Amino acid sequence: MASREAPEINAGSMADIAFLLLIFFLVTTTMDIDTGITRKLPPPVEDDTEIDIKDRNIFKVLVSSSDRLMVEGEVSDIRTLREDVKEFMTNPNNLDDLPEKEMRFIENLGEIEVSKGVVSLKNDRGTSYEMYIKVQNELTAAFGELRDQLSQQFYGVKFTNLVNEDQRKAIQKAIPMAISEAEPENIGGN
Amino acid sequence: MARFKKKKATGAQKINTSALPDIIFMLLFFFMVTTTMREVTLIVKVLPPEATEVQKLEKKSLVSYIYVGVPLKTQFGTESRIQLNDAFANPSDIAEFIASEREARDEADRKFLTTSIKADKDTRMGVITDIKQELRKVGAFKINYSSRKVASLSN
Repeated sequence: MASREAPEINAGSMADIAFLLLIFFLVTTTMDIDTGITRKLPPPVEDDTEIDIKDRNIFKVLVSSSDRLMVEGEVSDIRTLREDVKEFMTNPNNLDDLPEKEMRFIENLGEIEVSKGVVSLKNDRGTSYEMYIKVQNELTAAFGELRDQLSQQFYGVKFTNLVNEDQRKAIQKAIPMAISEAEPENIGGN
Repeated sequence: MARFKKKKATGAQKINTSALPDIIFMLLFFFMVTTTMREVTLIVKVLPPEATEVQKLEKKSLVSYIYVGVPLKTQFGTESRIQLNDAFANPSDIAEFIASEREARDEADRKFLTTSIKADKDTRMGVITDIKQELRKVGAFKINYSSRKVASLSN
């Protein structure tokens, strides 16, 4: 006997099919999070105004076209760069050839010593990008570690884990990311 | 006289699952819509360098990309080239590119525009320096050197 009612289609597996599609999309879509080292470029200079910075306040880093490193006029190595920068910026023994410090009042921190040191980075046109990023990475790491230290000292947490915006700003002011890149020129050495 | 039937209290009642596919479909569409596929097809080889101190690029809609690397097809040479949108470009084209990128954004968002330089690790700094100089000229100061996060660098 033929049934008089329209037969109901079993839609129970519909959810399974939809789930399958959903999982397919979840797996295949790679939300590639862009990561990188953030920098701020200086505005272009109008004329050749020499900015007078004392020699002791500048930490010269030079990367040659053959990816070799010269720090403060001496051949150096990428592995020691981080510690060198940290020592330069903190000047723990108040040496005469390391940068001056200035007492400055910073909100949330109070009177604090701020180093006048600037890291000057210079590279050749022939330097490889990989080496350049390595150097930038070490510089960032050095400043990051100094900030972590200060943050640990004042707030008990690392700077990277600091969430309070005011506190972050205070630390950033106390240890500014003082990296200056020289105007490009061909320093040769091909 | 009609009598109301007493509802059976016993036995597990079936839950109506006919709306379940709809919910799943909704999720599916959400994911299909939100996942943005890469907008440009790369015509240069880009393998970013590694770094440990990377930051996440937030607000993807406010990022414009400049790709630098060796062309994938050897007929375009083996020198590092700049790719803007879908074509090769010269450093002098960057000003125009940044202008059009700014034009495409809301006026209020323009100052937050970041330029991400996605360059291959074997690129020479000469090209990068040219790009940086062009960016400085047009006032796009916020840049990001795209790099892959690794736990430690192999020296």
